[in-house]
Amino acid sequence: MLSSNKDQQVAPGVFVSPEHPSMFLGRRLFLRYAGFTVAASGLLMACSSTETVQVTPSVVDLGSGDTGILNYAYALEQLEAAFYTQVIATPYANMSADEKTILTEIRDHEIIHREFFKAALGSSAIIGLTPNFTAVNFSDRASVLGAAKTFEDLGVGAYNGAGRLIKSADYLTLAGKIVSVEARHAAIIRDLLSARTANFAGDDVVNPTSGLDNAYTPSQVLPLAQPYVNNKISGANLPQ
Amino acid sequence: MNLFNIFSDIEKLDGDVAERVDYYTRRNLFKLGRKAATVAAAPAVLAASLNDAYAQTATVADVLNFALTLEYLEDEFYRTGLATASLIPAGDQAVIAQISKHEAAHVALLKGALGTAAVAKPAFRFGNAFSTYQIFLASANAFEDVGVRAYKGQAPSLLGQTVLTTALQIHSVEARHAAMIRRMRGLKGWISDPAEAPAAVYAGEDNTTQAGVVLTSLSNVTGIDAARSREAFDEILTKQAVLAIAANYL
Repeated sequence: MLSSNKDQQVAPGVFVSPEHPSMFLGRRLFLRYAGFTVAASGLLMACSSTETVQVTPSVVDLGSGDTGILNYAYALEQLEAAFYTQVIATPYANMSADEKTILTEIRDHEIIHREFFKAALGSSAIIGLTPNFTAVNFSDRASVLGAAKTFEDLGVGAYNGAGRLIKSADYLTLAGKIVSVEARHAAIIRDLLSARTANFAGDDVVNPTSGLDNAYTPSQVLPLAQPYVNNKISGANLPQ
Repeated sequence: MNLFNIFSDIEKLDGDVAERVDYYTRRNLFKLGRKAATVAAAPAVLAASLNDAYAQTATVADVLNFALTLEYLEDEFYRTGLATASLIPAGDQAVIAQISKHEAAHVALLKGALGTAAVAKPAFRFGNAFSTYQIFLASANAFEDVGVRAYKGQAPSLLGQTVLTTALQIHSVEARHAAMIRRMRGLKGWISDPAEAPAAVYAGEDNTTQAGVVLTSLSNVTGIDAARSREAFDEILTKQAVLAIAANYL
């Protein structure tokens, strides 16, 4: 492993130039990009000793404790808000007035959720994520509503599973206030896909034997959300 | 409506309940997975587990029976609606049947858990709830929205416990039911109008400040109608408020 004289070793085998932007972020923020060290390590091995290392911090660590759970929720709300913003910006053909009203209101709810978490987290908030919706065809109704269903059901399961990990009663109540709105979204989106059927709370999402909705752990949710975000998200330090 | 106190009441009776439920649900129930065959056996497993955990004390059985009583009520409400000729339009039958199925599932779960200690189904009086479809839907609407708010209000008493997850899993199903019933009534799926009736069911839903954050003043939110900020967060109802409302329906 070679590095320039000015480089500093920030982890075993990982050197970062003092001029690198990450040095100006402060230790706390920098450590949030925990997985950055892994990526940087591989890149540095391919570098000559005189080259300036250009690495964009690519891993977003959600953090630990209640802050980590709030950032986890913030990440999911960012994803949802960005999705519906795109849905309304480039509406699919023949979007009915009813659908436009519903999707616009859901967009606004998700923006409010996103901005709330950002404000509540303050300096502990993760960065704004870069969404990746290449898997969604925004000109196709079925693709858009199918993705909306996925996001809403995933959000409900994520909040349901995260509740047990929250230490603060106030934060738990806040999560509860949001998850039921996500469940309302899920039911209405599902009704748009299959009107006046059992689909709003279908057997695919509410266990027909127990009558219980899904509850997912962060380790179940993050791999499902990851394909829609360019930044690598790490929940490694979240409560288990 | 004592279902909504059930978890906190169990806690008062048995401080170790979290550990017991945690052990028996995680090890013996959830480990079985979600396959239909194994899930169907869950009530029997849970009943056996509770017998082991509590030696079936009368007090715990009493508390669980409160929950069963409410589930009986909801189950009967929807099943009676489905069985009442010319009440539910054919186009809405599938929705009501799905909700009814979930209530029946809860009854089966609790009956299985209680075993021979389960109370028999009492006789309910639903007044004019089945006289017209609009009254039936309005009653369902109130039940579901109250249920969502009531579960939410009790969540902090379950902080950090596995049983909280089960309560939340019921809570979000209530919210799905509520949204769908509201849509069939021509309302938004989310609680929007602060003047919505009955007033006691929707008291406090006009709140637009969360954890000290004034939602309507947030950047990127200032151009959005304040109604969206009311809708984006469902509010809690206290136990006392729920019981006061329940008295109007039971």
